[in-house]
Amino acid sequence: MRRITQQALSLLGSISLALSAHGIAQAAQDSVKVGMMLPYSGTYADLGNNIDQGFQLYIDEQGGTLDGVKIEYVRLDDESNPSKGPENANRLVNRDKVDVMVGTVHSGVAMAMAKVANDTDTLLIIPNAGAMAITGPLCSNNIFRSSFSNWQPGYAMGKVAADKFGHKTAVTVTWKYAAGDESVQGFTEGFEEGGGKVVRNLTVPFPDVEFQALLTEIASLKPDAVYTFFAGGGAVKFVLDYAAAGLKDNISLYGAGFITDGTLQAQGKAAEGLYTTLHYADDLDLAKDKSFREAYEKKFNRAPDVYSVQGYDAAQMLHAGLKEAKGDFSNRDAVVKGMSSATYDSPRGKLTLSPSHNPVHDLYLRKVENGINAYQGVAVAQLGDPARGCRLK
Amino acid sequence: MDLTTFLIQCLNSVQYGLLLFLVASGLTLIFGIMGVINLAHGSFYMIGAYMAFTLASLTGNFALTILLGLIFAVIFGYLLEWGFFSFLYEREHLLQVLMTYGLILVFEELRSILVGDEVYGVAVPAWLTGTIPIGNDMTYPIYRLFMSGICVLVAVGMYFMIKKTRIGMMVRAGATNREMVQSLGINISLLYRFVFAGGVALAILAGMLAAPTSSVYPGMGNSVLILSFVVVVIGGIGSVKGAFVAALLIGFVDTFGKVFWQEGAGALIYVLMAIVLLWKPEGLFKQGS
Repeated sequence: MRRITQQALSLLGSISLALSAHGIAQAAQDSVKVGMMLPYSGTYADLGNNIDQGFQLYIDEQGGTLDGVKIEYVRLDDESNPSKGPENANRLVNRDKVDVMVGTVHSGVAMAMAKVANDTDTLLIIPNAGAMAITGPLCSNNIFRSSFSNWQPGYAMGKVAADKFGHKTAVTVTWKYAAGDESVQGFTEGFEEGGGKVVRNLTVPFPDVEFQALLTEIASLKPDAVYTFFAGGGAVKFVLDYAAAGLKDNISLYGAGFITDGTLQAQGKAAEGLYTTLHYADDLDLAKDKSFREAYEKKFNRAPDVYSVQGYDAAQMLHAGLKEAKGDFSNRDAVVKGMSSATYDSPRGKLTLSPSHNPVHDLYLRKVENGINAYQGVAVAQLGDPARGCRLK
Repeated sequence: MDLTTFLIQCLNSVQYGLLLFLVASGLTLIFGIMGVINLAHGSFYMIGAYMAFTLASLTGNFALTILLGLIFAVIFGYLLEWGFFSFLYEREHLLQVLMTYGLILVFEELRSILVGDEVYGVAVPAWLTGTIPIGNDMTYPIYRLFMSGICVLVAVGMYFMIKKTRIGMMVRAGATNREMVQSLGINISLLYRFVFAGGVALAILAGMLAAPTSSVYPGMGNSVLILSFVVVVIGGIGSVKGAFVAALLIGFVDTFGKVFWQEGAGALIYVLMAIVLLWKPEGLFKQGS
């Protein structure tokens, strides 16, 4: 008897839930709930905050509504912890009933979000994580990226190192994890297309920062160039150690832009003169970038960086989708069509999306001069990602 | 690998090993002699590095920074022992793990509130900025050799203190039989409070010394914590000599592992630990040696 009552109760419960879900879907006409799943604490807290602020800036510039649709936020700290990724993403979708997920920095967590987005058919915009798989084998109609894939800066640097600087041999150094491997893969492809040869791939376990053994190895290999992918504390230490070991004057050091982004104060003189490639620089001569930087500094009292730009563009993408759907978020096909076919006026320059929903943008060559990443020219114009294994073509 | 490269790699190994010893020595004191599993040890290292960052910009003088840092470290350690750790000696290890893990979270959050989450650099003091040429293309920073020198000094000092002084004798006796020492009229609680403060000071010193080469960043204590435990376990819990030998051993295994077998470099030191434990379950050296 008791069991029957329980069943009846749970049936009632699910009916009322279904009804309320229906009610929300109706209400969603005039508001869209955005689930910001970002690292608000831990090593990547700074990146998470910048992405969040970039996103906010765009929404506020539009007066808090996109095509008449009010934007509401739900914020969740993902702690850059991949093992909590599925649970956190599910919480956003099932408990908080968000319409769009925006996140995140850590690739492992982003993969978990992509899986949940696919299982629940939720829209996902990734404002940083560069794992190639997300717009490769895992690519999907409802998954977008406003940042980059790890392959892109690496490929551009490889091209420049071979074509512009005429290097013949190179050694790569990175952490032994997916992002490092993918970045090195990009560099190797670009460098070898230009006639160079990567003679050795050196790695250290993530997040180990003891590089002395590898520096000695580089000195004994004597390549023309060294390509490196590190970020945060590892990036600072590598650049400092490289200079202290006296290698900076003998063997040119190149890197994906992250090695000198947000780390220049800590690297000081050791970073001066380093060439890197990225889809952003600190002194781009673009009207859009200038107004963006001005507005950002006014609002948050600090200078924006590449992460802020990626957050800003994530919001632009959502806007493009709503524009195409004329403010009707439930019209998913139109939202997706709008997002994927738009040409964005990004602070980084012209931005479009590839069929796999990965950014196609200019990769800039930058040089560290007087403590900023100064623009030196376009390394590769409107570069996409090979999107190997993606069905969306 | 030619002979020069081999010798430079040996130097790298020794230098890394010595730094590991400095970090782990405080842990082996607290863990081995007082029997407290202190997961917050890495946080002390982190605090040291951040202190070097803040004090260096305030004082502008390296020696003064280290001195002030050490004074603060001893006071800090003393208060922590009095307020938290003194309640843990008689408790089981799980409670110690819980509380010290809690401390990690508190310290990380405080760091985030007080200093922020950005990466900062600490300048190498001007009189230590030089390098000496080594091999054909490489130079070796004098600061690294200076760090190694300090590590050796600390090692010798600790050995002398524990083996040859009256205080060292009391500490060793206390580790073996607390009640007996107490009944001989020695204030063991006070003694332990200072041993703990010393352990904290060692970790903070390690952090302060490492800051100019490694920069300061969130979460920097975590990897150090695990390495320190590996050093302590291989060396034999509570043995300073053991920690010294183990740290050098790890320095060599890690350095040459990175050169010859990159795929496994991350696991090698744990394999080393497993082998040592199979061979000598108590670690290389006995407690108090």
